[in-house]
Amino acid sequence: MHRKLAVPLGIVAMILSTSLFAGPREDLLAQYATAARTETPTFSGFSAARGKTLHTQKFSGGKPDTPACTACHGENPRGAGRTLTGKDIEAVAVSVTPKRYTDPAKVEKWFKRNCREVLGRACTVQEKGDWITYMASQ
Amino acid sequence: MNIPYRPLALGLVALAFSAIVLQRAQAGGDDYFPPVVDPLVKEECGSCHMAFAPSMLPASSWKRMMGNLKDHFGDDASLDADTAARITSYLVTNAADTGGKRYSSKLLRGIAPNSAPQRITELPKWVSEHRKVPAWEWKHKDVRTKANCVACHADAERGFYED
Ligand code: HEC
Ligand code: HEC
Ligand code: HEC
Repeated sequence: MHRKLAVPLGIVAMILSTSLFAGPREDLLAQYATAARTETPTFSGFSAARGKTLHTQKFSGGKPDTPACTACHGENPRGAGRTLTGKDIEAVAVSVTPKRYTDPAKVEKWFKRNCREVLGRACTVQEKGDWITYMASQ
Repeated sequence: MNIPYRPLALGLVALAFSAIVLQRAQAGGDDYFPPVVDPLVKEECGSCHMAFAPSMLPASSWKRMMGNLKDHFGDDASLDADTAARITSYLVTNAADTGGKRYSSKLLRGIAPNSAPQRITELPKWVSEHRKVPAWEWKHKDVRTKANCVACHADAERGFYED
Protein backbone atom coordinates (compact mmCIF):
# COMPACT_ATOMS: atom_id res chain seq x y z
CA MET A 1 0.00 0.00 0.00
CA HIS A 2 2.67 2.46 1.04
CA ARG A 3 4.94 1.47 -1.77
CA LYS A 4 2.15 1.74 -4.34
CA LEU A 5 1.49 5.33 -3.27
CA ALA A 6 5.12 6.31 -3.16
CA VAL A 7 5.63 6.03 -6.91
CA PRO A 8 2.77 8.28 -8.06
CA LEU A 9 3.59 10.69 -5.25
CA GLY A 10 7.15 10.80 -6.43
CA ILE A 11 6.02 11.53 -9.98
CA VAL A 12 3.65 14.25 -8.76
CA ALA A 13 6.47 15.77 -6.76
CA MET A 14 8.74 15.71 -9.81
CA ILE A 15 6.12 17.37 -12.01
CA LEU A 16 5.45 19.94 -9.31
CA SER A 17 9.07 20.74 -8.85
CA THR A 18 9.69 21.24 -12.56
CA SER A 19 6.56 23.28 -13.22
CA LEU A 20 6.36 25.34 -10.04
CA PHE A 21 10.10 25.81 -9.75
CA ALA A 22 10.80 26.70 -13.32
CA GLY A 23 13.68 29.18 -13.54
CA PRO A 24 17.35 28.70 -12.70
CA ARG A 25 16.94 30.69 -9.47
CA GLU A 26 14.20 28.34 -8.26
CA ASP A 27 16.30 25.35 -9.27
CA LEU A 28 19.19 26.72 -7.24
CA LEU A 29 16.94 27.23 -4.21
CA ALA A 30 15.59 23.70 -4.60
CA GLN A 31 19.15 22.41 -4.68
CA TYR A 32 19.98 24.40 -1.55
CA ALA A 33 16.87 22.97 0.14
CA THR A 34 17.99 19.42 -0.61
CA ALA A 35 21.45 20.16 0.75
CA ALA A 36 19.98 21.92 3.81
CA ARG A 37 17.94 18.84 4.63
CA THR A 38 21.17 16.85 4.72
CA GLU A 39 22.94 19.55 6.72
CA THR A 40 20.16 19.78 9.35
CA PRO A 41 17.57 17.01 9.51
CA THR A 42 15.16 19.43 11.22
CA PHE A 43 15.26 21.81 8.23
CA SER A 44 11.78 23.11 7.48
CA GLY A 45 12.21 25.55 4.64
CA PHE A 46 13.91 28.87 4.00
CA SER A 47 12.80 32.06 5.65
CA ALA A 48 12.89 35.58 4.21
CA ALA A 49 12.79 36.95 7.77
CA ARG A 50 15.97 35.07 8.70
CA GLY A 51 17.49 36.20 5.42
CA LYS A 52 16.77 39.80 6.32
CA THR A 53 18.44 39.32 9.70
CA LEU A 54 21.50 37.82 8.04
CA HIS A 55 21.63 40.74 5.63
CA THR A 56 21.55 43.44 8.31
CA GLN A 57 23.20 41.74 11.28
CA LYS A 58 26.65 42.91 12.38
CA PHE A 59 29.24 40.17 12.78
CA SER A 60 32.60 40.38 14.49
CA GLY A 61 34.29 37.35 12.91
CA GLY A 62 35.12 38.94 9.57
CA LYS A 63 36.98 42.05 8.49
CA PRO A 64 36.45 45.19 10.56
CA ASP A 65 35.53 47.29 7.47
CA THR A 66 32.80 44.90 6.47
CA PRO A 67 30.84 43.87 9.58
CA ALA A 68 27.62 43.28 7.58
CA CYS A 69 26.38 42.54 4.08
CA THR A 70 24.96 46.07 4.15
CA ALA A 71 28.51 47.50 4.10
CA CYS A 72 28.51 46.95 0.34
CA HIS A 73 24.94 46.02 -0.60
CA GLY A 74 23.28 48.73 1.47
CA GLU A 75 20.54 48.59 4.08
CA ASN A 76 17.83 48.64 1.42
CA PRO A 77 18.18 45.72 -1.02
CA ARG A 78 16.26 47.67 -3.67
CA GLY A 79 18.88 50.40 -3.72
CA ALA A 80 22.28 50.28 -5.42
CA GLY A 81 25.27 49.29 -3.32
CA ARG A 82 28.92 50.29 -3.43
CA THR A 83 32.15 48.47 -2.65
CA LEU A 84 34.77 50.01 -0.40
CA THR A 85 36.86 50.62 -3.51
CA GLY A 86 34.12 52.78 -4.98
CA LYS A 87 32.49 50.46 -7.49
CA ASP A 88 28.70 50.64 -7.73
CA ILE A 89 26.79 47.39 -7.24
CA GLU A 90 23.38 46.84 -8.81
CA ALA A 91 20.55 46.30 -6.33
CA VAL A 92 20.43 42.78 -4.89
CA ALA A 93 16.60 42.68 -4.79
CA VAL A 94 15.25 40.47 -7.55
CA SER A 95 12.42 42.92 -8.34
CA VAL A 96 15.00 45.56 -9.27
CA THR A 97 17.65 43.31 -10.86
CA PRO A 98 15.76 40.30 -12.26
CA LYS A 99 18.88 38.45 -13.46
CA ARG A 100 20.10 38.00 -9.88
CA TYR A 101 20.85 34.47 -8.61
CA THR A 102 20.31 32.82 -11.99
CA ASP A 103 23.95 31.78 -12.46
CA PRO A 104 24.81 29.25 -9.74
CA ALA A 105 28.57 29.57 -10.28
CA LYS A 106 28.39 33.34 -9.79
CA VAL A 107 26.21 32.97 -6.70
CA GLU A 108 28.58 30.44 -5.12
CA LYS A 109 31.63 32.51 -5.99
CA TRP A 110 30.28 35.58 -4.19
CA PHE A 111 28.87 33.73 -1.18
CA LYS A 112 32.30 32.22 -0.73
CA ARG A 113 34.07 35.59 -0.88
CA ASN A 114 31.52 37.72 0.94
CA CYS A 115 30.65 35.35 3.77
CA ARG A 116 34.32 34.98 4.60
CA GLU A 117 34.75 38.76 4.60
CA VAL A 118 31.69 39.47 6.72
CA LEU A 119 31.27 36.43 8.97
CA GLY A 120 34.83 35.15 8.88
CA ARG A 121 33.56 31.74 7.77
CA ALA A 122 31.59 30.10 4.99
CA CYS A 123 27.82 30.58 5.03
CA THR A 124 25.71 27.50 5.71
CA VAL A 125 23.34 26.27 3.01
CA GLN A 126 20.49 27.42 5.24
CA GLU A 127 21.91 30.94 5.37
CA LYS A 128 22.38 31.07 1.59
CA GLY A 129 18.84 29.89 0.96
CA ASP A 130 17.39 32.30 3.51
CA TRP A 131 19.29 35.25 2.03
CA ILE A 132 18.21 34.53 -1.55
CA THR A 133 14.64 33.91 -0.38
CA TYR A 134 14.67 37.32 1.25
CA MET A 135 16.08 38.99 -1.87
CA ALA A 136 13.55 37.20 -4.09
CA SER A 137 10.77 38.63 -1.90
CA GLN A 138 12.12 42.17 -2.30
CA MET B 1 28.37 85.75 17.96
CA ASN B 2 28.88 82.04 17.89
CA ILE B 3 30.20 80.84 14.55
CA PRO B 4 29.89 77.09 14.03
CA TYR B 5 33.43 76.60 12.71
CA ARG B 6 33.31 72.84 12.43
CA PRO B 7 30.23 72.51 10.19
CA LEU B 8 31.46 75.51 8.25
CA ALA B 9 34.83 73.92 7.62
CA LEU B 10 33.22 70.62 6.67
CA GLY B 11 30.90 72.40 4.28
CA LEU B 12 33.85 74.16 2.68
CA VAL B 13 35.70 70.88 2.32
CA ALA B 14 32.66 69.32 0.64
CA LEU B 15 32.35 72.32 -1.67
CA ALA B 16 36.01 72.31 -2.53
CA PHE B 17 35.78 68.61 -3.21
CA SER B 18 32.89 68.85 -5.63
CA ALA B 19 34.64 71.73 -7.36
CA ILE B 20 37.73 69.58 -7.81
CA VAL B 21 35.74 66.68 -9.15
CA LEU B 22 33.88 68.96 -11.53
CA GLN B 23 37.04 70.58 -12.75
CA ARG B 24 38.52 67.15 -13.31
CA ALA B 25 35.47 65.91 -15.17
CA GLN B 26 35.54 68.93 -17.48
CA ALA B 27 39.23 69.21 -18.18
CA GLY B 28 40.08 67.77 -21.56
CA GLY B 29 43.19 65.61 -21.42
CA ASP B 30 45.45 63.44 -23.44
CA ASP B 31 46.60 60.83 -20.96
CA TYR B 32 44.98 57.72 -22.34
CA PHE B 33 45.19 54.14 -21.10
CA PRO B 34 42.93 51.90 -23.20
CA PRO B 35 40.25 50.37 -20.94
CA VAL B 36 39.62 46.64 -20.62
CA VAL B 37 37.40 45.47 -23.48
CA ASP B 38 37.37 41.72 -22.84
CA PRO B 39 33.99 40.97 -21.19
CA LEU B 40 35.42 38.20 -19.00
CA VAL B 41 38.12 40.47 -17.58
CA LYS B 42 35.61 43.28 -17.14
CA GLU B 43 33.32 40.98 -15.18
CA GLU B 44 35.93 39.26 -13.01
CA CYS B 45 38.30 42.18 -12.44
CA GLY B 46 35.78 44.98 -12.55
CA SER B 47 33.22 44.13 -9.89
CA CYS B 48 35.10 45.21 -6.73
CA HIS B 49 36.87 48.18 -8.30
CA MET B 50 37.10 49.51 -11.84
CA ALA B 51 38.87 47.09 -14.17
CA PHE B 52 42.34 48.65 -14.18
CA ALA B 53 43.94 49.21 -17.58
CA PRO B 54 46.43 46.43 -18.37
CA SER B 55 48.87 49.03 -19.75
CA MET B 56 49.34 50.44 -16.24
CA LEU B 57 51.50 47.55 -15.00
CA PRO B 58 54.19 45.41 -16.63
CA ALA B 59 53.50 41.81 -17.61
CA SER B 60 55.53 40.48 -14.67
CA SER B 61 53.16 42.30 -12.28
CA TRP B 62 50.05 40.77 -13.79
CA LYS B 63 51.59 37.30 -13.74
CA ARG B 64 52.48 37.63 -10.08
CA MET B 65 49.06 39.04 -9.16
CA MET B 66 47.17 36.35 -11.07
CA GLY B 67 49.24 33.71 -9.29
CA ASN B 68 47.89 34.72 -5.90
CA LEU B 69 44.26 35.77 -6.24
CA LYS B 70 43.33 34.03 -3.04
CA ASP B 71 45.06 36.76 -1.11
CA HIS B 72 44.43 39.76 -3.33
CA PHE B 73 45.19 42.80 -1.18
CA GLY B 74 43.44 41.03 1.68
CA ASP B 75 40.45 39.99 -0.45
CA ASP B 76 39.67 36.60 -1.90
CA ALA B 77 39.46 37.15 -5.66
CA SER B 78 40.15 33.53 -6.58
CA LEU B 79 38.91 32.09 -9.86
CA ASP B 80 38.91 28.68 -11.45
CA ALA B 81 42.16 27.85 -13.24
CA ASP B 82 40.71 28.14 -16.73
CA THR B 83 39.22 31.61 -16.19
CA ALA B 84 42.39 32.80 -14.47
CA ALA B 85 44.52 31.61 -17.39
CA ARG B 86 42.37 33.47 -19.92
CA ILE B 87 42.49 36.67 -17.88
CA THR B 88 46.26 36.39 -17.36
CA SER B 89 46.77 36.03 -21.07
CA TYR B 90 44.74 39.20 -21.78
CA LEU B 91 46.54 41.25 -19.14
CA VAL B 92 49.99 40.03 -20.14
CA THR B 93 49.32 40.67 -23.85
CA ASN B 94 48.24 44.27 -23.20
CA ALA B 95 50.66 45.09 -20.38
CA ALA B 96 52.78 48.22 -20.00
CA ASP B 97 55.86 46.54 -21.47
CA THR B 98 54.08 44.49 -24.16
CA GLY B 99 51.01 45.44 -26.24
CA GLY B 100 50.24 48.55 -24.18
CA LYS B 101 53.76 49.94 -24.40
CA ARG B 102 53.03 53.08 -26.37
CA TYR B 103 50.55 54.25 -23.74
CA SER B 104 52.60 53.51 -20.68
CA SER B 105 56.27 54.31 -21.13
CA LYS B 106 56.30 57.16 -18.62
CA LEU B 107 54.37 55.24 -16.01
CA LEU B 108 57.10 52.60 -15.76
CA ARG B 109 59.85 55.14 -15.21
CA GLY B 110 62.03 54.24 -12.23
CA ILE B 111 60.91 50.64 -12.01
CA ALA B 112 63.50 47.91 -11.88
CA PRO B 113 62.93 45.25 -14.56
CA ASN B 114 61.05 42.27 -13.18
CA SER B 115 60.37 43.90 -9.81
CA ALA B 116 56.70 43.13 -10.56
CA PRO B 117 55.09 45.99 -8.60
CA GLN B 118 51.58 45.07 -7.45
CA ARG B 119 50.08 48.52 -7.12
CA ILE B 120 49.63 51.15 -9.79
CA THR B 121 49.27 53.59 -6.90
CA GLU B 122 52.82 52.83 -5.73
CA LEU B 123 54.55 53.37 -9.06
CA PRO B 124 56.97 56.32 -8.66
CA LYS B 125 55.43 58.09 -11.64
CA TRP B 126 51.89 57.68 -10.24
CA VAL B 127 53.02 58.95 -6.86
CA SER B 128 54.65 62.03 -8.40
CA GLU B 129 51.55 62.79 -10.53
CA HIS B 130 49.49 62.75 -7.33
CA ARG B 131 51.86 64.53 -4.96
CA LYS B 132 49.70 67.66 -5.02
CA VAL B 133 46.56 65.84 -3.94
CA PRO B 134 45.99 66.89 -0.31
CA ALA B 135 45.60 64.31 2.45
CA TRP B 136 41.99 65.23 3.23
CA GLU B 137 41.03 64.50 -0.34
CA TRP B 138 42.28 60.90 -0.12
CA LYS B 139 40.26 60.46 3.06
CA HIS B 140 37.08 61.98 1.69
CA LYS B 141 34.16 59.57 1.99
CA ASP B 142 33.68 59.55 -1.77
CA VAL B 143 37.31 58.58 -2.34
CA ARG B 144 38.42 56.46 0.64
CA THR B 145 41.23 54.76 -1.26
CA LYS B 146 43.79 55.72 -3.88
CA ALA B 147 42.56 52.79 -5.95
CA ASN B 148 39.22 54.55 -6.44
CA CYS B 149 40.36 56.29 -9.63
CA VAL B 150 36.82 57.08 -10.83
CA ALA B 151 36.15 59.27 -7.80
CA CYS B 152 38.48 61.89 -9.31
CA HIS B 153 38.89 60.78 -12.92
CA ALA B 154 35.31 60.67 -14.10
CA ASP B 155 36.34 59.14 -17.41
CA ALA B 156 38.76 56.57 -16.03
CA GLU B 157 36.61 53.66 -17.14
CA ARG B 158 36.85 54.96 -20.68
CA GLY B 159 40.61 55.26 -20.31
CA PHE B 160 41.02 59.01 -19.80
CA TYR B 161 42.99 60.48 -16.88
CA GLU B 162 43.01 64.11 -17.83
CA ASP B 163 44.40 67.02 -15.90
C1 HEC C 1 33.12 44.05 0.31
C2 HEC C 1 31.86 44.30 -0.37
C3 HEC C 1 30.76 43.24 -0.22
C4 HEC C 1 30.21 42.76 0.95
C5 HEC C 1 30.55 43.13 2.38
C6 HEC C 1 29.19 41.81 0.55
N1 HEC C 1 29.14 41.73 -0.82
FE1 HEC C 1 27.97 40.47 -1.89
N2 HEC C 1 28.79 41.19 -3.64
C7 HEC C 1 29.76 42.16 -3.71
C8 HEC C 1 30.13 42.37 -5.10
C9 HEC C 1 31.16 43.37 -5.62
C10 HEC C 1 29.34 41.48 -5.87
C11 HEC C 1 29.39 41.26 -7.38
C12 HEC C 1 28.78 42.39 -8.15
C13 HEC C 1 27.37 42.16 -8.56
O1 HEC C 1 26.89 41.01 -8.52
O2 HEC C 1 26.72 43.14 -8.94
C14 HEC C 1 28.51 40.74 -4.90
C15 HEC C 1 27.60 39.75 -5.26
C16 HEC C 1 26.92 38.96 -4.37
C17 HEC C 1 26.11 37.82 -4.73
C18 HEC C 1 25.89 37.29 -6.15
C19 HEC C 1 24.75 38.02 -6.80
C20 HEC C 1 24.29 37.41 -8.11
O3 HEC C 1 23.76 38.18 -8.93
O4 HEC C 1 24.46 36.22 -8.33
C21 HEC C 1 25.62 37.28 -3.57
C22 HEC C 1 24.76 36.04 -3.44
C23 HEC C 1 26.12 38.10 -2.48
N3 HEC C 1 26.90 39.11 -3.00
C24 HEC C 1 25.83 37.89 -1.14
C25 HEC C 1 26.36 38.62 -0.09
C26 HEC C 1 26.07 38.34 1.31
C27 HEC C 1 25.16 37.24 1.83
C28 HEC C 1 26.79 39.24 2.05
C29 HEC C 1 26.90 39.33 3.57
C30 HEC C 1 27.23 38.11 4.25
C31 HEC C 1 27.54 40.08 1.10
N4 HEC C 1 27.22 39.67 -0.19
C32 HEC C 1 28.41 41.09 1.44
C33 HEC C 1 30.32 42.84 -2.67
C34 HEC C 1 30.07 42.60 -1.32
C1 HEC D 1 36.70 40.48 -4.36
C2 HEC D 1 37.03 41.80 -4.78
C3 HEC D 1 38.11 41.97 -5.85
C4 HEC D 1 38.19 41.36 -7.08
C5 HEC D 1 37.23 40.34 -7.67
C6 HEC D 1 39.38 41.88 -7.71
N1 HEC D 1 39.99 42.80 -6.91
FE1 HEC D 1 41.65 43.89 -7.36
N2 HEC D 1 41.58 44.74 -5.52
C7 HEC D 1 40.64 44.48 -4.54
C8 HEC D 1 40.97 45.25 -3.35
C9 HEC D 1 40.18 45.23 -2.05
C10 HEC D 1 42.12 45.99 -3.65
C11 HEC D 1 42.87 46.98 -2.74
C12 HEC D 1 42.21 48.31 -2.93
C13 HEC D 1 42.73 49.39 -2.04
O1 HEC D 1 43.93 49.50 -1.83
O2 HEC D 1 41.91 50.18 -1.56
C14 HEC D 1 42.47 45.66 -5.02
C15 HEC D 1 43.55 46.22 -5.71
C16 HEC D 1 43.92 45.91 -7.01
C17 HEC D 1 45.04 46.52 -7.71
C18 HEC D 1 45.99 47.58 -7.16
C19 HEC D 1 45.36 48.95 -7.17
C20 HEC D 1 46.37 50.01 -6.76
O3 HEC D 1 46.37 50.41 -5.58
O4 HEC D 1 47.16 50.41 -7.62
C21 HEC D 1 45.09 45.94 -8.95
C22 HEC D 1 46.08 46.27 -10.05
C23 HEC D 1 44.01 44.97 -9.01
N3 HEC D 1 43.30 45.00 -7.82
C24 HEC D 1 43.75 44.15 -10.09
C25 HEC D 1 42.74 43.19 -10.12
C26 HEC D 1 42.59 42.22 -11.19
C27 HEC D 1 43.48 42.08 -12.40
C28 HEC D 1 41.48 41.48 -10.88
C29 HEC D 1 40.88 40.32 -11.67
C30 HEC D 1 41.67 39.13 -11.75
C31 HEC D 1 40.96 41.97 -9.61
N4 HEC D 1 41.76 43.00 -9.19
C32 HEC D 1 39.82 41.48 -8.98
C33 HEC D 1 39.55 43.65 -4.66
C34 HEC D 1 39.25 42.86 -5.74
C1 HEC E 1 41.73 62.00 -4.94
C2 HEC E 1 41.64 62.17 -6.35
C3 HEC E 1 42.41 61.22 -7.26
C4 HEC E 1 42.35 59.84 -7.27
C5 HEC E 1 41.55 58.92 -6.36
C6 HEC E 1 43.19 59.40 -8.36
N1 HEC E 1 43.74 60.50 -9.00
FE1 HEC E 1 44.91 60.46 -10.65
N2 HEC E 1 45.13 62.46 -10.55
C7 HEC E 1 44.52 63.30 -9.62
C8 HEC E 1 44.99 64.65 -9.84
C9 HEC E 1 44.58 65.87 -9.03
C10 HEC E 1 45.90 64.60 -10.94
C11 HEC E 1 46.63 65.74 -11.59
C12 HEC E 1 47.91 66.07 -10.92
C13 HEC E 1 48.54 67.32 -11.45
O1 HEC E 1 48.15 67.75 -12.52
O2 HEC E 1 49.39 67.84 -10.77
C14 HEC E 1 45.96 63.20 -11.36
C15 HEC E 1 46.73 62.77 -12.43
C16 HEC E 1 46.72 61.46 -12.90
C17 HEC E 1 47.42 61.01 -14.07
C18 HEC E 1 48.27 61.86 -15.00
C19 HEC E 1 47.38 62.55 -15.99
C20 HEC E 1 48.12 63.46 -16.93
O3 HEC E 1 47.43 64.19 -17.65
O4 HEC E 1 49.34 63.45 -16.94
C21 HEC E 1 47.17 59.69 -14.22
C22 HEC E 1 47.64 58.77 -15.34
C23 HEC E 1 46.32 59.30 -13.11
N3 HEC E 1 46.07 60.40 -12.34
C24 HEC E 1 45.88 58.02 -12.89
C25 HEC E 1 45.15 57.63 -11.78
C26 HEC E 1 44.79 56.26 -11.51
C27 HEC E 1 45.13 55.07 -12.38
C28 HEC E 1 44.09 56.26 -10.33
C29 HEC E 1 43.53 55.07 -9.59
C30 HEC E 1 44.43 53.95 -9.38
C31 HEC E 1 44.02 57.66 -9.87
N4 HEC E 1 44.68 58.44 -10.76
C32 HEC E 1 43.38 58.07 -8.73
C33 HEC E 1 43.63 62.90 -8.66
C34 HEC E 1 43.30 61.61 -8.33
